[in-house]
Amino acid sequence: MGYRSHLILVAAILASFVVSLYSQYLNPYYLDVAINVGVNVILAVSLNLINGYTGQFSLGHAGFMSVGAYASAAVTMFLGPRWLGERTALLFFPALLVGGIVAALAGLAVGVPSLRLNGDYLAIVTLGFGEIIRVIFRNTDQTAQAIKRWTTEPGGWVGLKNWLKDTGWTKAILDDMEKLGGALGLQGIPAYANFFWTFGFAAVTIYVVTSLVNSTYGRSFIATHDDEVAASAMGVNTTKFKIIAFVVGAFFAGIAGGLYGHFKQSIDPRGFDFIKSIEIVVIVILGGMGNNLGVILSAILLTVLLEKLRDFGDYRMMLYSFLIIVIMLARPQGLFAWPLGRKDAAPKP
Amino acid sequence: MTAPATSDALLRLDRCTIRFGGLTAVSELDLHIGANELVGLIGPNGAGKTTVFNLITGVYPPTEGGIFFRGEALRDQKPHQITAKGIARTFQNIRLFPSLSVFDNVRVALQLHQRGGFVQALLRGPDFHRAERRVEAEVVEILDIFRLGRFRDAMARNLPYGDQRRLEIVRALATRPKLLLLDEPAAGMNPTEKVDLMKLIQFIKDKFSISVLLVEHDMQVVMGVCQRVSVLDYGVKIAEGGPEQVRRDPKVIEAYLGDKIGITNSK
Repeated sequence: MGYRSHLILVAAILASFVVSLYSQYLNPYYLDVAINVGVNVILAVSLNLINGYTGQFSLGHAGFMSVGAYASAAVTMFLGPRWLGERTALLFFPALLVGGIVAALAGLAVGVPSLRLNGDYLAIVTLGFGEIIRVIFRNTDQTAQAIKRWTTEPGGWVGLKNWLKDTGWTKAILDDMEKLGGALGLQGIPAYANFFWTFGFAAVTIYVVTSLVNSTYGRSFIATHDDEVAASAMGVNTTKFKIIAFVVGAFFAGIAGGLYGHFKQSIDPRGFDFIKSIEIVVIVILGGMGNNLGVILSAILLTVLLEKLRDFGDYRMMLYSFLIIVIMLARPQGLFAWPLGRKDAAPKP
Repeated sequence: MTAPATSDALLRLDRCTIRFGGLTAVSELDLHIGANELVGLIGPNGAGKTTVFNLITGVYPPTEGGIFFRGEALRDQKPHQITAKGIARTFQNIRLFPSLSVFDNVRVALQLHQRGGFVQALLRGPDFHRAERRVEAEVVEILDIFRLGRFRDAMARNLPYGDQRRLEIVRALATRPKLLLLDEPAAGMNPTEKVDLMKLIQFIKDKFSISVLLVEHDMQVVMGVCQRVSVLDYGVKIAEGGPEQVRRDPKVIEAYLGDKIGITNSK
């Protein structure tokens, strides 16, 4: 009985594998929507760990997603061909992990100094982080070009210039940086992501978050969410648990970014702006903060809804916002609520 | 009653001072609590009683002076580390975890002693389940001792007021403290509930053989259970001793009980 969650995980991965075998017969448009759903499920469930269960309002999820997207694309586009040549596809899974780990490190770097802030302040810091990341990816090509120009100029720090110009790997890094970034985005990412990888990782994300929530970790997350002072008085190291939630959430956002990039085959810094972060926050809030099932359902619902509204052309985003307002008014506790997410859940004496 | 020698004190505050800006909230406070002793800390509103709790539990570091628990200095320890060393507390305004059930409120506190890391939580192997079952059994046991078993699946916020107070004490006990700090546990209780509370405090002290430091406003409760009482006024300790001795101390009457007499005696 205690192993039911393992069985469900294995069954879900197998199911996505079987469906993936037949996905070529699927209408490509529906496949595209399905992959979007899978990516959004990963993003929303991982954000739910941070915003829902642990109660740390982060607006930087798209930033972590873009870090993962660029990092994993760098592995399959630049490292892969050098190391494995034609067999770069083998590197896809490690590339996704690299994307996740780099995003998790970014989460650690952002989280450690900023998690002492609460509520609105944390939201502002994470929002700023997302924008910084976006600006960095917009300008990597310019930066690389500027460094290259600088090395050809006379005078200055000749030793460093020669090292940058003549050492094989520094030159390669500058070349890759030039190709990686820029306002036009990164094109030509190999199309490795498919139904299997996306939904396999969605299943893993759900498994990991649910397992954490149903363990000593989860109860510590919720205690931190409810009352930090009381939690630390009960021996809960609140800072540690906030950072764990943040890092695990960022890791899966990075994985989602990697999957997204390797499906769309091109990524663009503008695709990871704060609108994207807010889109994920909206999914979490509508699903019910701290309610994994609700968040999964709302990720599916909102992704499909956004697609269906394409028929309305220019009015699409207007209608989308209008529908969200209506849902918020009708179900402020979340569409699929469970007590934790309820706004009246914590009457402070 | 003579004070026990400092060496065998469980908790010792040594000339503790804390200032917030220009305000000295607690000034050169000496306090000691022996093993299995029930000590009261009383004083009028704003005397600095809760600040003393916040000093002991590491919420604020003292500006001057030291705090020693079982001979070890608590300086620069974080609240959760101090709890792990064996000091647990309750709060003046109840601070349960409202989104957790009664059961999980206690379980969070017991987790302090639960082994198992990140990987075990993810793999969910036999070890993980065994550790979970063990803690669950302990939660059931402690809830039953305090007759809260019937509420185990209720959300903490839905409990009646008196039971919430009791649950908060139980939750603090679940961290297995050597010293329990109770911050105005009788606040908002009626006389019958107060009598029950006094019995409960006595019961806890004997059953778990721990020390209790009781901050209280209510003289009936303090005089009823405490072996020794310290009186704070404007952050300064003005008296210390047995309940009867303190009750007759003119300084205490003036500072604490005196305002009543003062009102009746004034023209």
